[in-house]
Amino acid sequence: MADFIFWVIWALIVASAALVAFGNNLIHSVFALMGTFLGVAGIYIFLNADFLAVTQIVVYVGGILVLLVFGIMLTNQISTAQISQSSVQKGLGLVVVLGVAAIILTAVLPHDWVGSTLPMEFTDTVTGIGNLLFTDYLILFEIASVLLLGALIGAATLARKEL
Amino acid sequence: MIKLALFILFLPLFSFVFQIFSFRRFEEKKGEWVSVGIQFVTLILSLVMLGMMLSKSDPNFSLELHQSWLDLGLFKIDLGVYIDNITVIMLVVVAIISSLVHLYSTAYMAGDVRYSRYFGFLGIFTFSMNGIVLANSLFMIYIFWELVGLSSYLLIGHWWEKDSAANAGKKAFITNRIGDIGMFTGMLIIATVLGTFNFQAIAERIHDGVWAANAGMLFGGIEPHKLLTIAGVLVFMGAVGKSAQFPLHVWLPDAMEGPTPVSALIHAATMVAAGVYLTVRIFPFLTADAMATIAFIGGFTAIYAATIAITQNDIKKVLAYSTVSQLGYMVMALGTGAYVAGFFHLVTHAMFKGALFLASGSVIHAMHHSLHHLNDHETDPQDMRNMGGLRTKMPITFGVFMVTTAAISGIPLFSGFLSKDAILAGTWTYAAIVHDGWLAHLHLAWILPVFGFGAAAITAFYMFRLIFMTFYGEAKQPQIFKHIKESPKVMTIPLIVLAILSMFFMFTLPSVNPISDHGWFTTVVQSPESAVTTGPAFDLEHFEHGMHKAHVPAMVTSIFVAGLGILLSVLVYLLNKISAEKLAAKLGALYRGSYNKWYMDEFYINGIIRPFLKGCNAVGRFDLDYYDHYLINGWGRNTKRTSKGVGMADDLIVDGAVNFAGIIFQWLGWTLKFIQTGKIQNYLRFVLIGAALLYVVNVF
Amino acid sequence: MDHLSSYLVLSAILFSLGLYTVITRRNAVAILMGVELILNAANINFVAFSKFVTHNLDGHLMSVFIIMLAAAEAAVALAIVLNLYNDRGHINVDEANALKQ
Repeated sequence: MADFIFWVIWALIVASAALVAFGNNLIHSVFALMGTFLGVAGIYIFLNADFLAVTQIVVYVGGILVLLVFGIMLTNQISTAQISQSSVQKGLGLVVVLGVAAIILTAVLPHDWVGSTLPMEFTDTVTGIGNLLFTDYLILFEIASVLLLGALIGAATLARKEL
Repeated sequence: MIKLALFILFLPLFSFVFQIFSFRRFEEKKGEWVSVGIQFVTLILSLVMLGMMLSKSDPNFSLELHQSWLDLGLFKIDLGVYIDNITVIMLVVVAIISSLVHLYSTAYMAGDVRYSRYFGFLGIFTFSMNGIVLANSLFMIYIFWELVGLSSYLLIGHWWEKDSAANAGKKAFITNRIGDIGMFTGMLIIATVLGTFNFQAIAERIHDGVWAANAGMLFGGIEPHKLLTIAGVLVFMGAVGKSAQFPLHVWLPDAMEGPTPVSALIHAATMVAAGVYLTVRIFPFLTADAMATIAFIGGFTAIYAATIAITQNDIKKVLAYSTVSQLGYMVMALGTGAYVAGFFHLVTHAMFKGALFLASGSVIHAMHHSLHHLNDHETDPQDMRNMGGLRTKMPITFGVFMVTTAAISGIPLFSGFLSKDAILAGTWTYAAIVHDGWLAHLHLAWILPVFGFGAAAITAFYMFRLIFMTFYGEAKQPQIFKHIKESPKVMTIPLIVLAILSMFFMFTLPSVNPISDHGWFTTVVQSPESAVTTGPAFDLEHFEHGMHKAHVPAMVTSIFVAGLGILLSVLVYLLNKISAEKLAAKLGALYRGSYNKWYMDEFYINGIIRPFLKGCNAVGRFDLDYYDHYLINGWGRNTKRTSKGVGMADDLIVDGAVNFAGIIFQWLGWTLKFIQTGKIQNYLRFVLIGAALLYVVNVF
Repeated sequence: MDHLSSYLVLSAILFSLGLYTVITRRNAVAILMGVELILNAANINFVAFSKFVTHNLDGHLMSVFIIMLAAAEAAVALAIVLNLYNDRGHINVDEANALKQ
């Protein structure tokens, strides 16, 4: 059963990501992106990353996606829900991307990863992440807070009418 | 009981929130009754707690509730409330004074521009004071410690249009900060060695030898006992700041710029007692040396401030220095090991000093109204030289003043007599039997009773001077005197209540022996055992035995010196047998020193702040004149010369090469221009193709 | 689901699709969406390696920081896109070639 669900999620991610990449309607793309985000959250659960799954939903779906929708609304004259979009140089892009994908897969798959058959079971990652965040990663954590503050101020300044 | 305590803690916060968020709407309407009502509810709740505690009458009663606040795996910080008999008594004291001051303020502050803001700040002050009282750990006490500092700052600066009030607020805040640095350092030392801030846990772990085992290793081989002394004295530094002990006492007299009810609540009865309360809490882990330091600072402050109070003419300044002096008494008592006496004096002092301040507020209020009536904005309503003869006009205020002055002077039948007597007996015993601590080693322990009895005599003298100058004699300004009226009932009722609470039987029930402090108070409050095991600790049993012996001789002496002070005051200020001016002239330098507060403010400004600024200026000038001039600019000049030479070489050789390269790249640019589209995505494609090519080349 | 490679393949596909979006779309918001896909692909790799190879939580921490970074990036990028729109009336990246002049 779990296996089946896993492959369903797997397929959902691939399908929705493909819609993001190839779709002709921007709004459809955004909603497909939501599918991808939720699917990735599901993958996190299969990877025992409970904290990350929740963060994924809260930040990506709740935050970034809403930002993107706002971005679309603010930059298009919306008369219908049909906001079309186009792509350029599809052929060249496809060739390049397929090349890169082939390289990644040939590089990654044949490698014999240590312990790849012995998955570790985490029961609860929140405690561990919390401890690491306030011990080993404390400086990174503080820098991240400064960065977020900078992004906040920067975004607010940039988005003002008179720059 | 814990639930009650939490209600008492948070209700005043609600009052603050209410006043702050609704002050526009309630400016004219009676928004203040919400705050007053809340205070009386907390008063009732704390009286209920007192009743529950007294029905138990167990000296070892304690309750604790704590909640993990910050858990870093290796290090945990808990917040929580700790309730024992001392906590309950303090809660009642804070609730009584706070509710009476709220009531009093409705009349005293009527028509003030920032009326509801004032009540809001009183609310947050009461909240934070209750927080200090209920705190179960040094960390939590520190949080609320800063909060009372903040509310004190806000309330001193209530009339911030006056420069002196704004400056006094800043002075109070900054002076306190100096003490708090010490307190914080001490807290960190304790937490580093023991891994906890909790009072109970600290005492337990010190007792179990954790301190002795860890201290040396963590702090570079220092002797554990010495480190404990240092930690104790550092934490006590917080109390030096907050309880206005020498040398950080300078802010308290200036803090009298705030409204008088605030002075009564914060700067006489409760907040300044927080330092003493902190010392009470850390008492179990003070070493003999730390206690000697505390006793000496307290004793010196007691007599030092008393000598200043003699010559002040501002009625509130006299009371302010008297507060500093009385706080010195409490600190000295704790330092000598007279734990019960010190805390007892805290409670009695809160009552009679609160009453004294409110009564002086009543006088100032009357003066102020009279001056307002005369359209006189020049005369100082707080200057005692403008008063005199007020006893006929303000009988209730006068009566309260008499009772509370008797209490502070240590006259039998009043509460101050009992607590002061216990403190003096404590110093007496300390001088006689204690062998540990540096005071005893230097054979200086006798200095404490000298400080104590000296300050007692001087206190009696200046307090009666205040009474005689304000209420007796002829009116010095007849036209002002004509319009003086007794204050309204909401102001006099709190005065009467506090005066009743300054009677001896309030603290000795169920026994009514006017010369013994044996009663409910001494039943529920008893010295904790010293937890210090690293070296010589205080021998409490021996000490208390000595206290019993010293009780009677100390009492007789204290009545004698108080009588002496009163007698001198009567001779000088009531009967005019000795002229005050002649006495002042005869004492010359001593008089001037006292009048100018022994030049402590001048010392700080000229001795510390100015030289510091001068040093900054000198360093700045050094930077500008020498560092910049020779090092930076000189370096610049040299570089310029060198670069000229290099430049010439450049022109000939390097430029030639560069120009040649330039020509090449110009040609390259011509040929490669067509792939530069300016479109980011194009570039990205090229990058990816390049990366793919590199990989392919690498692999095959 | 119990083998590392199924995650790696997913991540590679997601990455490639994201890359395709980034290099072919004309609309700036759509490109941003492609960037998010790439970041998600990287996150999956981090967490998968954390579970199957390193057996500790460092990968999770990296993912947390990446998510944080993505949020900051999205906010700033959208502010820039809005400016672009105010300046030109469209947000087509292939016409934004002022860098050439």
